[in-house]
Amino acid sequence: MKELINSPLVHVCLTLVVFIFSKKLQQRYKSPLLNPILITIAVVIGFLLVTDISYEDYKENTQIISFWLAPSVIALGYALYSFLEEIKADFKKIIFSMLAGSTTGIVSVFMIAYLFGASKATMISLAPKSVTTPIAIEVSTQMGGISSLTVAFVIVVGVLGAIFGQSYLRLIGVNDSKSVGLSLGATAHALGTASISERGPDFSAFGGLGMALNGVITAILAPWLIKLLLFLLY
Amino acid sequence: MTLIKQIAIFLGLWLLGELISYYSHLPLSGSIIGMLLLVIALELKLIKKKDVKDVSNFLLNNMAMFFIPAGVGLMCHYRVLKLEWLPISVAIIVSAILVLTVVGLIMKKRS
Repeated sequence: MKELINSPLVHVCLTLVVFIFSKKLQQRYKSPLLNPILITIAVVIGFLLVTDISYEDYKENTQIISFWLAPSVIALGYALYSFLEEIKADFKKIIFSMLAGSTTGIVSVFMIAYLFGASKATMISLAPKSVTTPIAIEVSTQMGGISSLTVAFVIVVGVLGAIFGQSYLRLIGVNDSKSVGLSLGATAHALGTASISERGPDFSAFGGLGMALNGVITAILAPWLIKLLLFLLY
Repeated sequence: MTLIKQIAIFLGLWLLGELISYYSHLPLSGSIIGMLLLVIALELKLIKKKDVKDVSNFLLNNMAMFFIPAGVGLMCHYRVLKLEWLPISVAIIVSAILVLTVVGLIMKKRS
């Protein structure tokens, strides 16, 4: 029995079923707090703690799910292509907003963590929080952060962005697909982008663009910014 | 057969992206390079839109789900999260709000 409980079949099945169920739950009650990702993560963690199965085993068993993370990032290229003309028309403005957003994100998370007394490793692990997992891991490891901790932060930012991002943007009067997509994609990567996909393909496309540009810019800027900040602070 | 072909295109782009990432020493992941390659291939008509459409839509619609295994990894950081929850949560929340505001307002103002 123990073998079955710790098998790819059971772990993948559990993950899919809980995800489908929590998606139904969200559709029925329409509360952003009932985020399917959040619920599924919580239920799976509960299951692993109760059955005394390690995260390493679960991770191994569900590789068939996480394998599709990279292809789904590639699929954003398809969404981007559909809106290429609109992007070309606004190229300078888009690049400018992304440079500003990326720098703001890295410097602010680093400085706030420092002011509130976080450890150096935590600060470095936080710096690439807004980008998609593979890039975040690279930046974090390269600069002396803890890569698995970075993955945790990336997920937390993504889930928070997916839950509260749209409401906040509405509050500050940002509603068009271009601004919403770019800002959520740049803040909360694929999870933010996924949360606005229901509003239309243009939202997905700009979300994908925001995520891609912020990923590229952060990959290039973050190492230098982190070095500079560490030099100034320590 | 069409699905297999579409999936093969995606995995091929991914592999190509990984190879470029490995040999060029660019600080970009293979998947991001693969994404850029897909845009270029579609623009140059090397790949037809209908040859990636179904799988693209499937992947885009279910993107969030592919993050779950990584998200469950949160359970391994119970100790750090318990010890430094205050700086971590303040930094994440304020920084996320700042990025949303900066990008959102720049895009809105100038459009």
